[in-house]
Parts: sequence; structure tokens; C-alpha cells
Amino acid sequence: MNAFGDPTQWLPLVFAALMGLSILIYVVLDGYDLGVGVLFPFAEDTEKDRMVASIGPFWDANETWLVLAIGILLVAFPAAHGMILTALYLPVAIMLVGLILRGVAFEFRAKAPPERKPMWNMAFYLGSLMSSLSQGFMLGLYIMGLEITTFTLIFATITAVFLTVAYSFIGATWLILKTDGDLQKKSVQWARGGIWGVVLGLGAVSLASPFVSPRIFEKWFSVPEIFLLAPLPLMAGFLVIALWITLRYLPDSEDRMAWLPFTLTVVLFTLGFFGMAYSFYPYVVPDQLTLYESASAPESLFIILVGTVFVLPVIAGYTVLSYIIFRGKATELRYD
Amino acid sequence: MDTLILSRIQFGANISFHILFPTITIALGWVLLYFKVRYARSGEDRWINAYRFWVKVFALSFALGVVSGITMSFQFGTNWPGFMETVGNIAGPLLAYEVMTAFFLEAVFLGIMLFGFSRVPGWLHTLATFLVAFGTTMSAFWILVLSSWMHTPVGFEMREGVAHATDWWAIIFNPSMPYRLVHMLLASGLTVAFLLAGISAYRWLRDDRGDEVRTSLVTGLGLGALLIPLQILAGDFHGLNTLEHQPAKVAAMEGNWETRSNVPLLLFAVPDEEARQNNFEIGIPNGASLILKHKASGVVPGLNDFVAEDGTVMHPPVAPVFYSFRVMVGTGMAMLLLSWAAVAMMLYKRRGPDALPKPMLWVMVPMAFSGWVATLAGWYTTEIGRQPWLVTGVMTTEQAVADVPAPMVATTLFVYLAVYAALLFAYIAVLFYIARKGGAGTRIARPERPGMAPMPAE
Repeated sequence: MNAFGDPTQWLPLVFAALMGLSILIYVVLDGYDLGVGVLFPFAEDTEKDRMVASIGPFWDANETWLVLAIGILLVAFPAAHGMILTALYLPVAIMLVGLILRGVAFEFRAKAPPERKPMWNMAFYLGSLMSSLSQGFMLGLYIMGLEITTFTLIFATITAVFLTVAYSFIGATWLILKTDGDLQKKSVQWARGGIWGVVLGLGAVSLASPFVSPRIFEKWFSVPEIFLLAPLPLMAGFLVIALWITLRYLPDSEDRMAWLPFTLTVVLFTLGFFGMAYSFYPYVVPDQLTLYESASAPESLFIILVGTVFVLPVIAGYTVLSYIIFRGKATELRYD
Repeated sequence: MDTLILSRIQFGANISFHILFPTITIALGWVLLYFKVRYARSGEDRWINAYRFWVKVFALSFALGVVSGITMSFQFGTNWPGFMETVGNIAGPLLAYEVMTAFFLEAVFLGIMLFGFSRVPGWLHTLATFLVAFGTTMSAFWILVLSSWMHTPVGFEMREGVAHATDWWAIIFNPSMPYRLVHMLLASGLTVAFLLAGISAYRWLRDDRGDEVRTSLVTGLGLGALLIPLQILAGDFHGLNTLEHQPAKVAAMEGNWETRSNVPLLLFAVPDEEARQNNFEIGIPNGASLILKHKASGVVPGLNDFVAEDGTVMHPPVAPVFYSFRVMVGTGMAMLLLSWAAVAMMLYKRRGPDALPKPMLWVMVPMAFSGWVATLAGWYTTEIGRQPWLVTGVMTTEQAVADVPAPMVATTLFVYLAVYAALLFAYIAVLFYIARKGGAGTRIARPERPGMAPMPAE
């Protein structure tokens, strides 16, 4: 394996990249469907069926990216997996209960007797809310290096709220893409209301990170890094402005540009993600454990990699296939 | 109670709740494929109507399986960090392959299978059904490889307290894997067979006797009658394999304290671990020796061989293993009796389900869940039977547990139990609700061409 360089160096890096990619895809994909759930109380009962229909064929596969991300953490960085998850014991449990509630509510709200439907709608909303909040909370604690103090708890509570707003924002842009008529109009309103949360959220994380970690401060504000990094916040700024303008303009009578807010939001999420990834590298547990220290044995990683190289393109392929089959405006879901 | 026992109960509760649903979806996927192919071949509506009804049960079970499965992948880290730290090099790739090959296959094609009937060509819908069934089965394959390896670990070496893989072929095809896999796949087939029969019998008794109810009922009973003898045979082989590799487990299953010949087959007993003896024994002389060694004088290992000099007990807790095993076997016998009696009556009178007497149909309704009972009892037998080991001879369960405060585990355990109890109740209630709604709204005369409005189905 010498021809490929030192496997103890590049294998952990490859897996960190794969894990990062899974997390990013998860945050975008499950982000929009969790967001649709969080928006539930703002919708009329008749609109709720369509909202669910817009995510129905996708949510299950979307959630699988979380399993893949946590799976890679588990198999490639077992020491970090234990450390992170025991530190986040309660928020993880809340997230799981939330994911359980909303996952089963998809089925139960359609199959249970009609008089039970409001109850399952509520379960869908609460489950989505619990999952979003707890993910935001975990993100906050993670940025704070998994330490529990009053300050980190307050910070985590703030990130919990902002991530939830960000999810509902990408959910609203998804609905703009997948619906029309009154619901689309409403979704534009929701997106206009949510954009401030995205801006504040990105701002809060960007401001807080360098001040809690001298290492991140160093990585950001030393020369020449500061110039190399400058395009990141600048591009994010442009994206926010573009989103702002698009949302003022929508909905279009010919349904032009309906895809634009969602696309811009995906790019914005991606930028934010790369900012974070840059800040934390090479740590997998911030300031405690690097990905090289916590990686599994190279021969085990190699065997997983072989499979991944074949399987990942296939997964990407059939994910695209399912998005093509269910393209266009969401219609009522039928089993026939 | 301490963190260890609370964590064990929590993981046990999660995995017990989880396995209920894959047990249904693994085999139901293939049954749906069977319905779909029969429809494609014959064009008879009863096949597609049966598909329509059972695909709802599939979707519901699948959702419950997915969410409870996600919970488990997190609990490895939250409650059992020692497991992955010690054997992560082996468990990791196996779990990764499960997620990659199976999970995504199921999750993506499920959307097409459920909602794509009028959006994609018929062959693609059939292919999606096949891939979902194949995906669930592959999922079962990888997870049973891992479970079996934990029972009978081979193909690795320990370096500085961490397991490293030396032979992947040996790890995947470890000694107990083929037996456990076959036993579990048959268990899934039986669970679905009796679910089909039980729910269809319920509809039949409510005078919902459409063609697809008849088809489901006959399919269920036929499948059950076909698989149960195979399962008894597979179970016997699995038992012999366990005797070879995990004699302490077999000793607990048989409730046999001393290693000796002419061991009776205990039909009933109350094992007393304090006194190290059984009370109220009812047994068939030489039975256990005959089953395990195929001769009356066969020597069967006893539990007392697995107590160290200093008194440390290295065999599993006897009573739970002993009782679970009997519940499993007893349920299997009831399945054999019911399915063969029903099939014999239908064949003899040549009138299909019309030949079945009402009391027999009423018995089938609770037996809809007999597969669950047998599967859980079987898993309790084998998993409790592995204790005190987590990975036989490599690490004990106690070594893997996380240092989470006991009250915290107790809290989450309580929440999980409450959620699971509510969901199980809701699942069964909805199952009977859609059975009562019956075909109404799902039956269509012909598959409509895409674009035409079929009747809505929720």
C-alpha cells in the first residue's frame, strides 16, 4: 500500500471527508423535511396533506444519511463515537424519540381512523421540533468542545433555536419548489419570516467559534489564512442578498424561479458547513481528539473503503432516480 | 438498579421492539413480490388487491423498523462505547456494509414501491418491490453475521486489547452464521405467514370475504404449513451447532446442572440457581440426550462445569434461558398444529377457506402474532444464553457499558418504554382498523393507465 502513501494518514482523512459529506447531505435533505414538519402548525389542515406528500417519497432515504454519518463515525472513529455520544446522552435520546414520533406519524396519520389524525399531526410536528432542536443543541455543545457549563448550555440553546429556524427556512424553500397556489404563497411568506434566523444563526456561530477556541481564532485571523477565507463570508453575504431579492419577487405567475430559493439555500448551507469543517480540522472531538488518533485500524478502514467506492455512486444514482420519478409539484400520495 | 442492568434492559427493550418489525418486513417483501409477479402473469385482480392491502402493512411496519433501528445505532455509542472500542475493527465494517448495501436500497426503492405504481412502468415497480425485499434480506444477512460473530468469534487476533481482523472470509462465514441466518429467515417467513392468516381470518369472520382475503388466507396458511417443518429441522441443527460452540447455553436451555448421560428432556421445571437444582421437574427420560447426541447414553454438558474455582459463574442466568426456550418451542408446536390442520381440511374438502370451522378461524386471530412471540423468545434464548459474554471469550457485557449515571439511564429507559408501549398499541390498533376498513378504497377493477384517476388509497 506504500504506492498510495501512508494509509494511517490518508485513510482517516478520506473517512472524515465521507462522514462530512454524509452530514452535509443529511443536514440539507433531512433539514428540509424536518423543516416542513416544524412549519405544520402554521398550515391549514387541508394543506398538511400536501406538505407531507411533498416529502413522503424522500424522508426515509433522507434520514438514512444520518445513519450513514453516525455509522462512519462509529466504524471509522470508534473512540470519538463513544466520547461524543456519551457526552450528548440526553439530547441524543430526545432526538431519537423525536425521529421515532415523526417517522411513525407519516404512516399513522394516513392509516389511523380520521378522528385520530389531529393527534398524529401533532406527533409529526412535535417529533420534527424535538429532532431539530436537539440537533441544534448538540451542534452548539460540539462547537463548545462538549463541555457543560452554564455558558455552553445557553449557547447550545441559542444554536438549537437557530438551527430549527434554519431547517424551517429550507423546508419553506422546498415547499416553494414543490407546491403551487395558496400553499406556495404561504411558503414564500414563511421563508421571508425565516431568513433572519438563518442570518443570525450563521452569525452567532461564526462570532462565537473563534472566541471560545483560541485555536480556531488562530486559524481564521492569521495571515494569509484570513485572505484565503475572506471569500467564504462574502459569498454567504451575496447568497443572503440573492435570497432576499428572490423571495420579494416570488411567487411568479408563471412559476419561474421556484427552484431558486431552495438551490441558494443548499449552497448557503454548504458554505457554512465548509467553514465549520475548516475550523475543526483535524479534530473530531474539538480540541481533544484528532481524527488520526481515533481512527480504526487501516486494514478495517480499507475494507470499508472498497465497498464505499462501489456503493456510494450507486446510492447517489438511485437517489437521483427517485428525485426524477417524483419530480414536479407534489400531488396526493397514492399507493396505486 | 445499577447502570449495567439498566443499560441492558434499555438495549434489550430497544432491540426487542425493533426486531418485531424487520421480522415482518423481511418476509412480507418477498410475499409482496410473489403477489405482484402472480398479478403480472395472470392479470387476476385478487393478486394486486392483496398487494394493495399488504403493502400498507409493509409501509407501516417498515417505518417502525427504521426509526427503532436508528435508535440502536446511536445506543452503541451512548451506552456501550466499550463494544466498538474493543471489536470496532470487525463490527464496524459489517455494520457499514449493512447500511451501504441494504439500508439505502430499501429506503430509496420503498418510495417507488409505495407511491410509484402509476408513475413508473410495471416492470420497474416490480423491480422496486424486488429490490426492497432483497434489501431487507441483505440487511438481515449483515446484522446476523455480526450477531453470530459475537457468539462464535473467529478470524481475528487481539493486539493491545483491541480485536484486529485477520480473515474476513472466516469472520463473515463464522461457525454459527449459516444456522442463525436460516433460523431467522424462516422465523420471519413464519411470522408473516401467521400474520397473513390471522388478519385475513379476522376479515373473513367479519364477512369480508373478497377474493383477495381468500388469497391472503390461503397464502398465509400454505406458507406456514410449508415452513414450520423446515424451521423445526433448522432449529435442531442450530441447537447442535450451539452445543458444539456454546455448551453453557445449551446446558441452560436444557436446565441440566451436572454433565452426565441419559439426560431427560424437561417439559417443565423451575430452575433454582441458588440451590443449583430444578424443582417440579416433568421430563421425558433420555430425551435431551437423544435430541442432542442421538443416543440415550449421550453425555450432555452441565452448568456446574461453568463455575470457576473462586465461585465466579461463567454460564448464563438459567431461568430466563430455560423458559424462553420452552416458549419458543411451544409456540412452534402450536403453529405446526394449526397450519397443518387447516391445510389438511382445505385439501380434504376442496372448498378452500370455506372448509374452515369458525372456532379455528378465531384461533388464527391471536395466532397472527405467534411469530412475534416465538421470535422474541428465540432471541432471548440465544442472547441471554451468551451472557456473561458480550463477545464470547473476548469481552464481557460489563466491560462494554458506558459510565453514564444510573438515574439518567433510568430516565431514558422510562421514556423509551412509554413510547414503545404506545407505538405497539397504536400499531396493532391500526392493523385491525385497516383490516376492518378492508378492501374498501383499495380494490380497483383494473390498474389505471398513468394519468387516469384511480381510487385514493391512504
